[in-house]
Amino acid sequence: MSEKRLARGSHVIGEAAIRAGCRFYFGYPITPQNELTEYMASGLAALPNGVFIQAESELAAVNMVLGVSMTGKRVMTSSSSPGISLKQEGISYLAGQELPAVIVNTMRGGPGLGNIAPSQGDYFQATRGGGHGDYRTIVLAPGTGQELADLTRLAFEYADRYRIPVIILADGMMGQMMEPVEFPDPIDPAFLPQKSFVLDGAKGRPSRIIKSLLLDPPTMEEHNWKLYRKHQMIEEEIPEVEQYVTDDARLVVIAYGTASRIAKGAIKRAREMGLKVGLLRPKTLWPFPKKQIVEMTGMVSDFLVFEMSTGQMLEDVKLSLEGRRRIHFYGRPGGVIPTPDEIAKIITNIYFKQGLETEE
Amino acid sequence: MRKVFGRPESLKDAPFHYCPGCGHSIIHRLVAECIDELQIREKTIGIPPAGCAVLAYNYFDVDMGEAPHGRAVAVATGVKRALPDRVVFTYQGDGDIAAIGTAETIHAANRGEKITVIFVNNGVYGMTGGQMAPTTILGQNSTTTPGGRNPDRDGLPIDLSEMLAITNGSAYIERTSVDSPKNINRSKKAIKKAFRVQMEGLGFALVEILSPCPTNLKMSPVEASSWIDSTVKKYFPLRVIKDETGKSGALPRSE
Amino acid sequence: MASKQKKGFIKIDEELCKGCYLCQSVCPMNLISVSEKLNQKGYHPAAYDEENMKLAEHQCKGCALCAIVCPDIAIEVYCE
Repeated sequence: MSEKRLARGSHVIGEAAIRAGCRFYFGYPITPQNELTEYMASGLAALPNGVFIQAESELAAVNMVLGVSMTGKRVMTSSSSPGISLKQEGISYLAGQELPAVIVNTMRGGPGLGNIAPSQGDYFQATRGGGHGDYRTIVLAPGTGQELADLTRLAFEYADRYRIPVIILADGMMGQMMEPVEFPDPIDPAFLPQKSFVLDGAKGRPSRIIKSLLLDPPTMEEHNWKLYRKHQMIEEEIPEVEQYVTDDARLVVIAYGTASRIAKGAIKRAREMGLKVGLLRPKTLWPFPKKQIVEMTGMVSDFLVFEMSTGQMLEDVKLSLEGRRRIHFYGRPGGVIPTPDEIAKIITNIYFKQGLETEE
Repeated sequence: MRKVFGRPESLKDAPFHYCPGCGHSIIHRLVAECIDELQIREKTIGIPPAGCAVLAYNYFDVDMGEAPHGRAVAVATGVKRALPDRVVFTYQGDGDIAAIGTAETIHAANRGEKITVIFVNNGVYGMTGGQMAPTTILGQNSTTTPGGRNPDRDGLPIDLSEMLAITNGSAYIERTSVDSPKNINRSKKAIKKAFRVQMEGLGFALVEILSPCPTNLKMSPVEASSWIDSTVKKYFPLRVIKDETGKSGALPRSE
Repeated sequence: MASKQKKGFIKIDEELCKGCYLCQSVCPMNLISVSEKLNQKGYHPAAYDEENMKLAEHQCKGCALCAIVCPDIAIEVYCE
């Protein structure tokens, strides 16, 4: 491990990707994530085998990712909301062809051109496949500067392990913030395990085909169920959360990314007033940590879902709880960043309205 | 007696699914013959298109990776940048290269990506039932140009190869056809050169091959070939559109 | 100096043939005709005209124009 150093969020992702053995990056400028693209440009130029292309569009970039992934090497692209929309076709192909790749979305206000302020409006896009067809991608939601490093490394590992695209869902604020980060030791890509599906020339072996076209419906169905079983395995193995002061909580806030950071500030204020409030922070948005949420229903009577959107993760919370507990929602879409005080007021309102102060 | 003509090694045994007289079948054979003769089968990676030739991987006995419609050159860019010493080719139709994939095609050429592009121009969207292609010629009937391609409504056919010649990174661009044995032989020479341009590291190489689609032209194969000769070539003349290869001395210039 | 014409012959795989008859259109010796048989795909395959071949001026020279133009690689060509 290296010593801690202060680094900007976007740069942390870039550095972590390079240290994970990623030597290929294709991207296109879009605010608020250009610092990541620029970091990859200089970072990869400094390496003998680094390849950076500023592609002609986000669409071209994701297809270059597809090409590199077919050769078995670690590869990344990044963009922000509208550009991620452009990548959906490519992501669907990556998923259908079971190719690993890492895609970073630094979310901004939307829909349409939207604005460049931080938002969480792409949750559905990220967790519901996003493109056409029956598939999912792993979605990781860093909540701290350190996690921007740790979850980036994990993204590459998961992508390779499960042969699946992995989305790192950040937002404009996480991209800009500066926190002390400790980076893990770099991986030399030459020592990464060989993959069995690669296209690198049929020397000494039969030629291989990587495709997602399965014209025969029963064959396609078989493939869809295979992907489904893979998803089930992922849902068993990797959901992860942070629980913050939840041991005696009556009301638990569920939030991720920047919203979770604001929520922590609010919860501190609420705790100072004696309210038993905690935070459950999903780190994996797909697979969604259903089990961990349901396990909290012992003591917790109310959940407050707080998102910087009009309510997208809210649906997954409802699906997880299936009516077991009361669910409240507070959202600020459009790139508005609420303050901890504002959220503290919301928490307090709910707490007293539901009579939680009288329960033992 | 010795055999002087047979099936190339780089083609699998599978019989082609293409229509009678389809140019794809001829062009597949030419590409495979070039791969054989250049002895590059074990280091070649091909990217097929969407369209009738989407199943090209059932025929070419080389590693092949499917790309979304129009994106083959972007995917090929990724493959070639990851494995610079392999030979990477794309095999694409007119829609793939000159409609949906225009941006990717132009920029790969502009960057001088060292790939070989086989552009099969049959002037129609065959697989989807005969709609207009960017290279459908004026007056030619298609299912989406009732009354024939009309310049006011549909624009003129696009000269993509001529457009690509303007890009700095394109090293060799030639237009040939497969409407006669002589032109088939010329096409093979052009394809082989386009591979050699890549192998010498000279830049982006593309061969546009006028090809018959008898089914959607609603002609017999013999008529379709003859139609290319009498009509299509007027819009898309057979010629070497660009050849920068002579400058480095690595390959002889084409006449 | 008397030039000796090369002699050749072809083999047409009737099951690969799709009856496009491009071979017939290019054969300089008029040695390819349309068979009355139907192959498994339902085409009348091209056939090497044995009758015509017996005429001296129609000898196959192994030029392979038929094979070059055949989309389905249904023709093998043999030559001296």
